[in-house]
Amino acid sequence: MSDHESTYVPKTGVEKWLDSRLPIVRFGADYMALPTPKNLNYWWTFGGILALCLVVQIATGVILAMHYVPNTELAFASVERIMRDVNGGDLIRYTHANGASMFFVAVYLHMLRGLYYGSYKAPREMIWIVGCVIFFLMIATAFLGYVLPWGQMSFWGAEVITNLIGAIPVVGEPILIWLRGGPAIDNATLNRFFSLHYLLPFVIAGCVVLHLWALHHAGQNNPVGILIPKDRMAKDTVPFHPYFTVKDGFAIILFLILFALFVFFMPNALGHADNYIPANPLQTPAHIVPEWYMLPFYAILRAIPDKFGGVVAMFGAIGVLFILPWLDTSKVRSMRYRPAMRTFFVIFVLVGLGLGWCGAQLPDAPVIPGMPSFTLFDGALNSYLWLTRLLTAYYFLFFLVLMPIVGLRETPRPIPATISEPVLPGPDVAPHSPEQKG
Amino acid sequence: MAADQGDPNHQDPNRRDFIHIAAGAAAVGAGAMAVWPLVNSMNPAADTLALSTIEFDLTKVQEGQQVVIKWQGKPVFVRYRTPAEIERARADDRAGLKDPQADADRVKPGHQQYLVVIGSCTHLGCVPTFGAGDFGGWFCPCHGSHYDTSGRIRKGPAPINLVVPTYEYVSDTRVKIG
Repeated sequence: MSDHESTYVPKTGVEKWLDSRLPIVRFGADYMALPTPKNLNYWWTFGGILALCLVVQIATGVILAMHYVPNTELAFASVERIMRDVNGGDLIRYTHANGASMFFVAVYLHMLRGLYYGSYKAPREMIWIVGCVIFFLMIATAFLGYVLPWGQMSFWGAEVITNLIGAIPVVGEPILIWLRGGPAIDNATLNRFFSLHYLLPFVIAGCVVLHLWALHHAGQNNPVGILIPKDRMAKDTVPFHPYFTVKDGFAIILFLILFALFVFFMPNALGHADNYIPANPLQTPAHIVPEWYMLPFYAILRAIPDKFGGVVAMFGAIGVLFILPWLDTSKVRSMRYRPAMRTFFVIFVLVGLGLGWCGAQLPDAPVIPGMPSFTLFDGALNSYLWLTRLLTAYYFLFFLVLMPIVGLRETPRPIPATISEPVLPGPDVAPHSPEQKG
Repeated sequence: MAADQGDPNHQDPNRRDFIHIAAGAAAVGAGAMAVWPLVNSMNPAADTLALSTIEFDLTKVQEGQQVVIKWQGKPVFVRYRTPAEIERARADDRAGLKDPQADADRVKPGHQQYLVVIGSCTHLGCVPTFGAGDFGGWFCPCHGSHYDTSGRIRKGPAPINLVVPTYEYVSDTRVKIG
């Protein structure tokens, strides 16, 4: 799709003048005319949704920064002032806070889409890797932002997460003090977290440009997962506008309904009540949990009995995504044609949800209350500790063992020669394809 | 490179390489020197470091009581231990500790009733609560570390004992922490 020729013809004198100096209108027009596989389903709309999420977060964030005070004495009160006194401030803050959750809902679905349809495989490795960088930056930005209201969860979340860095042997402690700007989380920490929270979304925006550049250079994947041959381009692709602007637009409307449901009817449902208590460095809340979108990684952290080992496992859970294109040995992209892998994929999704559930529980609590259990090494077998370990093992096995081995040993189903085939069966295609999912 | 020999603009490749490497190295060095003050500015500022000591009057603590004071932004537990607690801590000196340390090494000689420890769990920094846990000492609610009456780690993910800060007795009833 990179070789798609420009069809833009400047009409007015101004457009001609501009086009020979800064062809920005041509750039936009070419973007809109981009040949796009005609079989993209609704799982492909999350890219557009995510772009909208980033715009919403930056727009609301810039406004919030006009009212917020990054000082330990004033931060909590300034957030309360936004909620009570600033015109429409509660709406802006709730949009920003729930916007983060919506952003993660969309990014997880977007990533699972890529995983299911093999969008990370050659020649699209760089799209995936830049996407992983964006995901990591999103986690960092969300964490930094969560600290700013300076409530109890803000403070203790910052305490626990920065302490992860202290777990690094030898250099951990000096880095920790440098990162916090003092021996403990304090005003210096809050100030720099605010600065970085403002900076990182623009770094994300820069990475999004790279993500799209790589996407349009390699060409979009599609649910069938085959590369569209040159001679099929005219038949198998349609211009991005109006076909996918409309499809994305419809998906965005549905997404905004969900978003609005949270903002207007349950704005605190995804938050934690303890964050409405001002930060107290001398008292830890009884049960601290991160925001829901970090729970799977938090669960992995707690599953490992060793402090540094837990940190390595947690970062490894994200790090393994970066090398995914080389772990998958299958020649077939889409799991539509990989029945064995599809089963493991479904289990993987359930395991991810299970890890999220475990991350919110106390490690020592029994999974099935009342069931007799025995102690295995350092914890009862019937406890979230062991369930978390089981799920963590699958998480890594999926990437490090199943991906390479299943790809070599499975028998994929026959792949269509063109993306039109599964929709419009020709004479040489099996008439009753069991694959009917969209 | 051999093809360049007849070129009238030919320059000795070794010499050009040297200039490239030297210029590159100078740019990297200058860049690092420019970045260092920015990085270093994130280290604790002078006023933060100035808050590094605090004095505390021990007569404020009753036997069996614990007072939490704030030192360098962190909680410090000053605990007036009961004889039973001291006895229990000493009895456990050889109890297969994760981070072996005798109780006598964690208090000042002649003041073994006063235990002074930083009240941050050595796992990920939460504040442990006294009276909970399996060993008569502290229990960390975040990830379930148990500490004994000497503040030593006995069970759970924390790697080391509660840290005893640097402190000294400036008089019989006053300590200077830091």
